[in-house]
Amino acid sequence: MLKRLTKLLQGIGSRMLERIWRLGAAARFFFYTMVYSGESLRRPQLVVREVYFTGVMSLIIILVSAFFVGMVLALQGYNTLQKYGSSDAIGVLVALSLVRELGPVVTALLFAGRAGTAITAEIGLMKATEQLSAMEMMAVSPIARVVAPRFWAGVISMPILATLFSMTGILGGYMVAVPLIGVDDGAFWSQMQANVDFKEDIVNGFIKSCVFGVACTLIALFEGYDAPPTAEGVSRATTRTVVISSLAVLGLDFVLTSFMLSP
Amino acid sequence: MERTTIDLWVGIFAAAGLAAMMGLAMKVGNLTTSGIGETYAVTAAFENIGGLKARAPVKSAGVVVGRVDGIQFDTKTYEAIVTIKIDKRYEFPKDTFASIYTSGLLGEQYVGLDAGGDSVPLKNNDKIAHTQDAVVLEKMISQFLYNKASETGDTKSGDKKQVGEK
Repeated sequence: MLKRLTKLLQGIGSRMLERIWRLGAAARFFFYTMVYSGESLRRPQLVVREVYFTGVMSLIIILVSAFFVGMVLALQGYNTLQKYGSSDAIGVLVALSLVRELGPVVTALLFAGRAGTAITAEIGLMKATEQLSAMEMMAVSPIARVVAPRFWAGVISMPILATLFSMTGILGGYMVAVPLIGVDDGAFWSQMQANVDFKEDIVNGFIKSCVFGVACTLIALFEGYDAPPTAEGVSRATTRTVVISSLAVLGLDFVLTSFMLSP
Repeated sequence: MERTTIDLWVGIFAAAGLAAMMGLAMKVGNLTTSGIGETYAVTAAFENIGGLKARAPVKSAGVVVGRVDGIQFDTKTYEAIVTIKIDKRYEFPKDTFASIYTSGLLGEQYVGLDAGGDSVPLKNNDKIAHTQDAVVLEKMISQFLYNKASETGDTKSGDKKQVGEK
């Protein structure tokens, strides 16, 4: 009985220790990425290539889901608002929920699933096939050549994607609210403009998306770089990327929102 | 430098992002409506501002002429000091009346300006002397109940003098 208990405690302890160890390694990894950023930013062609793969290739899934999210918001919102006779406020509801929350958060979740997994798998496989070691042999830092361009590409792409998400979502909401339901076109936009503040809502949403971009990209890169160089290791690292990124995004969202809402 | 199709796509991507940001700022946000341009500030003291908030509109005859810039509490008079920024294009006489109204039954609150007859206009950092507080629903209801009670009391005693009074 006592033996089993000690074994359990040992298991918990070693797992905790492993987590903390990885956290420290991730911090060091982040530091190196920052240090080597200058080197990779001097070759913008690398970053542009990665923006294409992480940003432009994610565009379709982001835009399509944004359109549907906006349409659903308008439908659901109308259903409830109409009970209180304020269906004109549908524009405000759609715009505020998209710009403040859904734009950055849903984009980050989709980004982690679409681009984050690709980054992890790519870097994990590079490591498994010893391409990273080969670079080190040639005195090319893999962090400068492989990691830093992907990091900056993710940090650049994420806010752009989130902004496009919000805009497309609002257009989707407009499509449902005005032609389909018959809310007044002028009331839709004017109520929205009266209640959405540029600094309070739009800029704060933008800041959120930047933070999520850093978090998602960094997690994906570190998981790939730290993956055991086997097929199983890469597959596990890819799963962990999605899980940790999603949790990190939702947790960070709470922290950022509580900061932004406090006066 | 060699140009590739990837560059083109990334360029389109970045341009679309910028366009979306502009769209959000102009069409969705209040960047266009809040840019009043040159303004002058006046203050007004209220005993009760209700739910008035900073950035609430200031209207005269229903037209937005300015915005509430800030709200402070004066510890000497125990009144709320509301700072209002009014567009330079609009001049108001010195004896303008400032009141706090509610748009709709439960809508947001705004400051309404009713122009007086004075020939001297309000200047920067002036204070509006005549104000009317926000209507607090609970006060109104209790007053109504009080009046009702006194009314029935009065009819019993036969004295109908106080019925018309508040």
